[in-house]
Amino acid sequence: MDNIAGSKSGLSWAVNISVVFLVVLWLLPTVGLLVSSFRTADQIASSGWWASLGTQQLNNPAIRLSGEERLESGLFVIEGNLFPDTNPTVLAWGTSSRATSAFGPGETAELSKGRTVTVDAEGRFRMTAQDSQQGKRLPRVFTSTSSPPEFTLDNYQLMLFDDSNLEGMAKAFFNTLTVTIPATIIPILIAAFAAYALAWMDFPGRALLVAMVVGLLVVPLQLALIPLLKLHLGIGIGKGYLGVWLAHTGFGLPLAIYLLRNYMVGLPRDIIENAKVDGATDFQIFTKIILPLSFPALASFAIFQFLWTWNDLLVAKVFLIDSTGSTTVMTNQIVELLGTRGGNWEILATAAFVSIAVPLAVFFAMQKYLVRGLLAGSVK
Amino acid sequence: MHPAFLGIATIFFGVVACLGYFWGANWVLDKVIFPPRGPNAGRNINRANLIRPWVFLFPALFALTLYLVYPVIETFRLSLTDRDADNAFVGAANYTQMLSEPKFWEAMRNNMLWLIVVPALSTGFGLLAAQLTDRLSWGNIAKSLIFMPMAISFVGASVIWKLVYDARPAGTDQIGILNALYIWFGGTEPNTWLTIPFWNNFFLMIVLVWIQTGFAMVILSAALRGIPEETVEAAIVDGANPFQIFFKIKVPQIKGTILVVWTTITITVLKVFDIVFAMTNGQWETQVLANYMYDKMFRANDWGVGSASAMVIMLLVTPILIWNVRNARRELR
Repeated sequence: MDNIAGSKSGLSWAVNISVVFLVVLWLLPTVGLLVSSFRTADQIASSGWWASLGTQQLNNPAIRLSGEERLESGLFVIEGNLFPDTNPTVLAWGTSSRATSAFGPGETAELSKGRTVTVDAEGRFRMTAQDSQQGKRLPRVFTSTSSPPEFTLDNYQLMLFDDSNLEGMAKAFFNTLTVTIPATIIPILIAAFAAYALAWMDFPGRALLVAMVVGLLVVPLQLALIPLLKLHLGIGIGKGYLGVWLAHTGFGLPLAIYLLRNYMVGLPRDIIENAKVDGATDFQIFTKIILPLSFPALASFAIFQFLWTWNDLLVAKVFLIDSTGSTTVMTNQIVELLGTRGGNWEILATAAFVSIAVPLAVFFAMQKYLVRGLLAGSVK
Repeated sequence: MHPAFLGIATIFFGVVACLGYFWGANWVLDKVIFPPRGPNAGRNINRANLIRPWVFLFPALFALTLYLVYPVIETFRLSLTDRDADNAFVGAANYTQMLSEPKFWEAMRNNMLWLIVVPALSTGFGLLAAQLTDRLSWGNIAKSLIFMPMAISFVGASVIWKLVYDARPAGTDQIGILNALYIWFGGTEPNTWLTIPFWNNFFLMIVLVWIQTGFAMVILSAALRGIPEETVEAAIVDGANPFQIFFKIKVPQIKGTILVVWTTITITVLKVFDIVFAMTNGQWETQVLANYMYDKMFRANDWGVGSASAMVIMLLVTPILIWNVRNARRELR
């Protein structure tokens, strides 16, 4: 409708550009970390991730020449390649640390004792000398090179599939999964029955209970930590999976009941009353009619609970992770890496992405339900 | 036993136990206690229907009471006792001790900053993004990308932003994009952004704003769509420009939703723990209440003061809690 009147093409351009700007601003941090996780430690330390998308300019450490010596028209010649494995382009080179880019590719440097060195753009060198260089130290060559963008999967190999790596994420990944799935499924079942009772059954105190659920929605988790830890230790559950499942179930219930009740209340009254007239019991109505119809709301809550338990740090730290650390979850592992490997971005970026990947996949696959759940949960 | 098997077993037993409970209790109710036959058939059906809601509600109510209601009361009790003195009642001693600690006041000051800045910026950016993407042909893609950080954990976001804030010694290539831009725009010395007292709070807040903007955008976008077209059409006919339409016609109509978004983000802010814990751990004057509480409870093992600070968080949440409950009750009527 903005197109009918009062819209100017200039304004529409401004809108497009502002949105592009916003999106780039919001994406950039994540893209930075993603790109970094595919770079080697050296690359990350020597240039920003944005530089890795174009050609790489590197000032390489000195390389000492080496190779087989042969005699060529009275001169001792050694030939070879400075970069036998990679194929960068040499932009400039030098033979002393004080002038590391004194020569261009193809130029010849005159060294002491009648020696000369030539390095071409492909990194091939040719050194000549008047006398045999056998057993002598050959000169060093400093180079600055440019190479095409280069990415590696080594970081993921190290963090996920290397069993000898004690900081690996594989174990933590499975621990997180172990926490998440029961903690997502159990509350749904419990909440669905309660939501049905609150939505479609008449009994005294119903309004009060709904109000209580709404109130409990915002009670900070922080209050529950010590009393529940005491309780868990007291009744012998201790720190472990059972404790964290129970805790997540308890903390997830208010939202689950609230979301599901709101959805179920909106289901058409006719269906339920017709079923009652036909002699269906509440139990049958619930399992045969309400539950299948409520699938969108169940999916919404399942996504919320999944994201929340997968991304949780506090509950896992308090109720799950004991001093042996064998039950550490990914978020906790990352925080520990932040402490011990603060500067090793190849490790941090990879660890973070291993943990982010699953929620992101769920997010993009099930976004519809997530948005629906958010709208049902807060717009009132 | 491998925890994965334990997990699968738990899912299985949990689901079977839940279904078994609901089905079994229902069966007992209908077939054993109040069978709908015999001389009292009608009365029995009514009685069964009186009890059934509570059968359906029992597991949820039990869990809610045990995991949320009881802890609030117990935390309040703990905040009045001293763990070292055999849980003796000490009155307000924990509170007075807490109030005398500079770290607590630092946390309070920072929390207040967070409470003002994060909801304001998130809602503002969310509203902006919602309005701008509203009639764009690629608006849904844009929205989905801005919404994406919502799926990323606070810890993951902390790592992402730590790279943004990274600082290398002057003279070398900066690998953090903020310092790279800073140098590019003529800055001389790279900054370690997270260690500049006071301002570092804002660098931490940006992380939460980045996450919460998508949430605000999604909800406000739906609200904008819900505005009756006629009001906007009438404004266009009257010659209002796009800015007037937005601020004078649209925003007033979604005021209620803006308030809901604002309070929801406020609640999130009050509970924010992971970001501060992972990025600065409260150093360089970035302490917040939730992290202060964690420090007290699990590092200093001072349950009294820890519980007292948890009660402070609860106190700050209470007005919103009451407001929510009142709204919910009004709707029920």
